[in-house]
Amino acid sequence: MSSTAPDIRIENLTIGYDGNPVVTDINATLPGGGISVILGRSGCGKSTLLKNILKLNTPMDGAVYLGRHNIYKLKRKAFRCLKQRIGVLFQDGALLGALTLFDNVALPLREHTRLKQPEIYEVVKSKLSLVGLEKFMDYYPNELSGGMRKRAGLARAMVMDPDILFCDEPTSGLDPINSAELDGLLLELKERFDMTIVVVSHDLASLETIADYVVVLGEGKTLFKGQKEELLATEEPYLRQFLDREGAKRETPRVTTAPLDPSVMKMDCAKYIGDLNSN
Amino acid sequence: MSQTETENKLLQPFALVGKYFMDILAEAGAMFIFLMDGLLHIFSSTGIFNKTVKELYFIGVKSLTVISLIGLFTGMVVGLQTQYALSKFGSDGFLGSAVALSLVRELGPVLTAIMLTGRAGSSMTAEIGVMRISEQIDALELMDINPMNYLVSPKLLASLISFPILTALFDLIGIAGGYMTGVSLLGGNSGVYWHRVHTALGWDDISTGFSKSLIFAVLVCTVCCFQGYFTHHRKDGKGPEGVSQATTTAVVMSCVLVLVADYIITSLLL
Repeated sequence: MSSTAPDIRIENLTIGYDGNPVVTDINATLPGGGISVILGRSGCGKSTLLKNILKLNTPMDGAVYLGRHNIYKLKRKAFRCLKQRIGVLFQDGALLGALTLFDNVALPLREHTRLKQPEIYEVVKSKLSLVGLEKFMDYYPNELSGGMRKRAGLARAMVMDPDILFCDEPTSGLDPINSAELDGLLLELKERFDMTIVVVSHDLASLETIADYVVVLGEGKTLFKGQKEELLATEEPYLRQFLDREGAKRETPRVTTAPLDPSVMKMDCAKYIGDLNSN
Repeated sequence: MSQTETENKLLQPFALVGKYFMDILAEAGAMFIFLMDGLLHIFSSTGIFNKTVKELYFIGVKSLTVISLIGLFTGMVVGLQTQYALSKFGSDGFLGSAVALSLVRELGPVLTAIMLTGRAGSSMTAEIGVMRISEQIDALELMDINPMNYLVSPKLLASLISFPILTALFDLIGIAGGYMTGVSLLGGNSGVYWHRVHTALGWDDISTGFSKSLIFAVLVCTVCCFQGYFTHHRKDGKGPEGVSQATTTAVVMSCVLVLVADYIITSLLL
């Protein structure tokens, strides 16, 4: 069965800060109903691109279409409606610290629907159980671990049953087991809810598990766009180096300075702790 | 060095001063727009009642103790000093008038506003600032929840309600404090004290005090929320340092603006 979830089309987009471009001329179509991963090294402009797609930043040039709507040309009310059709998982969950997990997830329902409290309770409970947090409804975000906060953020992003889900570095800072669980969850969401999912990441394990389509950013431009299999088979040197996790080749050694001489230390630590290596 | 370069060097200090004032003007304009936005959302906000009640508890109820204490000791000091000064001229009978007028017209609104800046205003800035740097405000925007509506308008409304009430409390307790020192401690006449309080205070004095407290509420809340909301635009610090800088700026700016506004209102209303 073909997907009815909307495509995301990026046309000639140049993004940056204060008139300085970070990535120029991005063109890509992220297919509806699939998981697209925006990949690249730290600082290459992945999160900036996400902020531009979400209209949190204004691009220097170009357009972004969510479905058939150019988000930069939409009228205020139309854009408000569009926002109610998308869910966003922020890097650290971005849960409101003053609200319990239940209230955090219930917030969009309370603001945008006419649902009564018992109905809200049912929806929130089902979304929290989807991410395995139904027993933590009354906890505050600071009482949860990083992984739990991310899952709670995902429950909140999912609460309005969005057509498009954006995830900013969902697995960063998580241990391999939690990362794998979150990846599994994204795959399950794609299967169950027929939605377009866009993930910004530099996690290669995650890429191999979840991606259908990949956009790689680097050196201020789009280095690759296409199916995951094409990327994994590429022989392009920069991409190969990235995929094989190889550091840049250097002719001279990186560490050139001698270790710090203990005599320059202000405190005579040897007097108190001796040599750490001696027994 | 060419003539143009020399001229540029000579004009540089003026250019810097000009830029400084232009920046201040731009920030004042942005703050005014921010205030108007916050006020407009009071009327268009859904569910503002519940949020305002929560803010009223924080700004109003939780400030009761500190305002009562400050009011009491301010009244006691005013009572002591005034009784001491008046007794030199044999005018002890005017103690009630002096204490009541100074508290209701000046000290009550000003000190209440300054105390609330320290207790509630600083935490407004810190709360909104932390929400800004931890992407919570971005999250609100993307959930189509207007952050002005959700964060600023309830605080503004709660400030407009709590500042005058707390000022009234400050005045009442201050007048009682003046009685404690001027009459109970220094032996002034109780009946004369209350009579003077009653006859000296007119509706004009009370309305002046309340007008000031309403204006101070708007000033303090706008400055504190604005500084927190735009923490990420600060040039003197990013992240947690930016929040601490924003909080310091908010408190200092609010206190200065309260005193400047107090002078302007007093000179206009006298």
